[in-house]
Order: sequence, then C-alpha cells, then structure tokens
Amino acid sequence: MRFMMLMIPRGYDQAAPGTMPEPEAVRRMMVYNRELQHAGVLLGCDGLHPPSMGARISFAEGKGRVVDGPFAESREVLGGYWMIDVGSLAEAIEWARRCPAGPDEIIEVRQVQELADFPQEIRAVVAGDGISA
Amino acid sequence: MPVTDAIRHRIEAVWRIEAPRLIGSLARTLRDFGLAEEVAQDALVAALETWPIKGVPERPGAWLLTTARRRAIDILRHATLATRKHELLEHDMSGWTQSDDNATDTEDEFGDDLLRLIFIACHPVLSTDARVALTLRVLGGLTTPEIARAFLVPEATVAQRIVRAKKVLAEKQVSFELPPPAELGSRLASALEVVYLIFNEGYAATSGDDWMRPLLCAQALRLARTILSLAGDEPEVHGLIALMELQASRFAARVDAAGRPILLAAQDRSRWDAASIRRGLAALAHAEALDGADGSYALQAALAACHARAEQHDATDWARIVALYTRLANVAPSPVIQLNRAVALAMRDGPQAGLDALAPLLEEPRMAGYHLLPGVRGDLLERLGRLDEARAAFEQAAALAGNAREREFLLERAASLRPVS
Repeated sequence: MRFMMLMIPRGYDQAAPGTMPEPEAVRRMMVYNRELQHAGVLLGCDGLHPPSMGARISFAEGKGRVVDGPFAESREVLGGYWMIDVGSLAEAIEWARRCPAGPDEIIEVRQVQELADFPQEIRAVVAGDGISA
Repeated sequence: MPVTDAIRHRIEAVWRIEAPRLIGSLARTLRDFGLAEEVAQDALVAALETWPIKGVPERPGAWLLTTARRRAIDILRHATLATRKHELLEHDMSGWTQSDDNATDTEDEFGDDLLRLIFIACHPVLSTDARVALTLRVLGGLTTPEIARAFLVPEATVAQRIVRAKKVLAEKQVSFELPPPAELGSRLASALEVVYLIFNEGYAATSGDDWMRPLLCAQALRLARTILSLAGDEPEVHGLIALMELQASRFAARVDAAGRPILLAAQDRSRWDAASIRRGLAALAHAEALDGADGSYALQAALAACHARAEQHDATDWARIVALYTRLANVAPSPVIQLNRAVALAMRDGPQAGLDALAPLLEEPRMAGYHLLPGVRGDLLERLGRLDEARAAFEQAAALAGNAREREFLLERAASLRPVS
C-alpha cells in the first residue's frame, strides 16, 4: 500500500520566495532518501518552493478566485513529500520516525486511496471516464 | 487496538526495516552469515520480550545490533573456550559493547552489506526453495510463520529450509563477499530470478481471500527496487520491475467474486491499476534507454505493455506481440514461448496459421506432459470447425492438467463439442 509522508515545516507559510534548506539539512535528507531507496520503498519524493511563490484558487463564490501567496490565514503548509510503498501504516510511521527532521518540522503520514479501496459505484465512474487515478 | 498489539505491530515494522541492515552488518563483522542470522533472530526475540514492558528504545536499530552482538560474543566465547581464540575475538570486538549510540554503520557500508546479503541469499549453491525463504527472511524481514503462510506450507518446513540453507552455505564455505566481477552478471541474474519467483508465487494464486499472496508480489517489487538502488544501470533490473508492475496492475481484475480466474480477453480493464501501469511503462522505457530492449525481462514486459496499452482486447496489437515473441524466442529459446507465439499468430493471421506454428511443438519431448499444448490446439481446431479432433485435444489436455479447476474447464469444453445424438 502507498503512503504519503507530508513534510510540514513550521514558519514555511511566510517564507520568502527562493528560501532554500541548509546544505547540512539537505545532506541528512539525502542519506535518508538513500535508505528509503535501499529498502525498496521509495516511489518518489520532492521538495516544494514556499507558498510565497505559489497561489491559491478558492471556489467559495462559484468560480475560481485566485489569491497569490503567501497566505495570511494558513499556518501549516507543505514543504515537500515522499511517496512510499510499504506493508502497513505501522511501517509508514516507523519510516517517518527515522526521518532526520528538525525540531520545527512535522511529518503527516497519509494512506493513498487505491482504485481497489473504492466501492463499485465509484470505480464505475472512474472507469467510465477513461482516465483513472 | 490493545496496547500489546500496537507494540507488536510496531516491533514487526521496525524489524522489516532493520533486518537487512542488522544481518548485513553482523555478517560482515562476524564473517559468518549463519551466525549473524541466528543472533539477529535472537535479538528480535529479545525485543519482543523486552519492548512491550520497557517501551521501544529511542534508536531501535542500535538496540537490536548491540543485543545481537552481545549474543554473538556469548556464543563464540562458549565455542572457543578451549582455545585462546576468544581473546583475539574480544579484541576484535572491543568497540562493540561500548556505546549503543555508535552501533550503526555508515551509509556506504550498508549499501555493500545489502548487495552481499542479496548475493548470499540468492546463491546458486542453494535450492530454489531455500533461496526464496532466505531472501524473504533476511531481506524482506518476514518471519517464519509469515513465509509459511504465504507458501501454504507448514512452519516447520520453512524453518527446515532455512536451517539447511545455512548449513549448505557453511559446508560450501560461501563467504560473505561480493562475487568477483566476472561472476557479477550471472549472480545478479540469479537474484532477479529469485525475485520473480517470489512475485509469481504471489501472482499465480487465485484464492482471493488470502492477503499474504498480494503481499508476496509487493515484497518482490520492493526487493527489485532494492536491487535497483544498488545496480541502477543494469537494464534487466528495470525490465523485471516493468514486468512485475504491468502484471500486478491486473491483480484485481483477474479473478471473479467467487475466486475463479478470468482470462485476459474477458477481464474488465477498468479494474487494471493505472498507477501500476504508469510505473511499469516508465521502468520499461528505462530498460530500453539503457540498451536493454532485448533482455528477457524487458521483452516480457514489452509484451505485457501491449496488453496494458490496449483499452479493449480487440484493440491489441497482435503483430507487435508476434514480433516480440519472435525476439524473445531468440533470447531465451523455449517451447513455451513458441506456444505463446503460435497463439499470437492465430490472433493475427487466423487459427490455421496458429495450428501450423504448433506443429513442430507436437514432436518436442519437453512439451509431452504440458496440458496447455493440447488445450491451445483444441481451441484452434474448434475455431476451424474440426470438432472431433478438437474434442480429442481437450480430453488429452484435461488428462494432463494438474489443477482440478482447469481439468473441469477442459472437460466442459470437450463435452460441449460432443455431437448431439
């Protein structure tokens, strides 16, 4: 089963455009990523630029309204993610525990919905569409 | 979930992650794979006894390594008490018990340990069963009961296989070393073969209620990715990953609600896993980019890709499939591949062309007991309207089929061709 490990660094919500992690932090993460690769569980990972370089599109008024980042109202924003393939939630949590994260970072572990998790009526909708997950 | 269950799940998860690192490190320093495996298992038992009471340590991997090392020293002390070897040994290991915090290895050492572990667990001196059991145990971190359940054999059988495998490795004095460069290719091929065996064991089962089976397929994919992380420029590693991803994509579609197999042509393709297909096609592209398009796994993956790309069975590119089987027959000559090629030819050019391609196989001694040959022949004869011959072929196939469900199916087909009197 697939899980996403979502990295949530405190303070990243208001980080200036072009903010980059410290080289030492990157080096530690590379070692960790290598471990995930050696274990055969890593399907992909990426770091994300801060919200100040992105935008939010809200749909409260019926059609998309664009707000450029940073976003005053959000405290917890993504800094990056890993997609892993492991046998259980316990294993995903154990991998997250091993991450060399800093004291200001949180990792949220979430299971990816697989087609097989969906009930028949949803699978039928996905199938009818011709573009599945 | 009760606290003890939660801790047990956590210990299992820790073990899956730590087992290869632990056993690899121990085997390198002890220069004895069998002993390393034994004391690693002892450390797991100690963890299962201690952690539920005292809690899981801050660094579980270091705890396991220290515990295993102490156990190894105890064993070796007993074994060498009569000689003065143990002093030497303790000198060698003086750093071992000093501090839990240093009881880990560097990343480079770990990569090499992993490779050595793969090569020793998949060593050609071992029987196939032993290679599979040992690989799942030391690289997958599966316990003996889990392996037994996955292979539908008693636990004692698996335990026996592992004991015997370690004995064979000791007798043949197989060292925990990387093979010489000249042997690397064949040893890698042996490792990939073990991975694919594990995958097929999981994939071939059609009893849909047993969760251990898909677990074997997932485990095989992880093992292949582990090998990829160490030998990423080997096209056949990419080819094997592609083949397994593409086959695994059909997992949910290939049995009906009652667990009966559904043939490829009749499968509901909307149930094929698109994410798995995407990963499979990407891995195949990697294999081809590394000049590996004619590898045996890459060609089989390319065949699976023909089906994955066809939205309907009618849209299958049979000409390409025939061409791929022709190439595969050159790389890995086998009458079974010829049989598959004949089926593809019949799809492309009609049943007579398929029948003509089957003719030389009827003389092939290796095919004498293979039920699929008369099965395919019966199907082609039926399509040509040669019903008496078709019936005889289905009856012959039924007599050879080892699987009761398949035998039943073939007899039904034979009976449907009986003239109404």
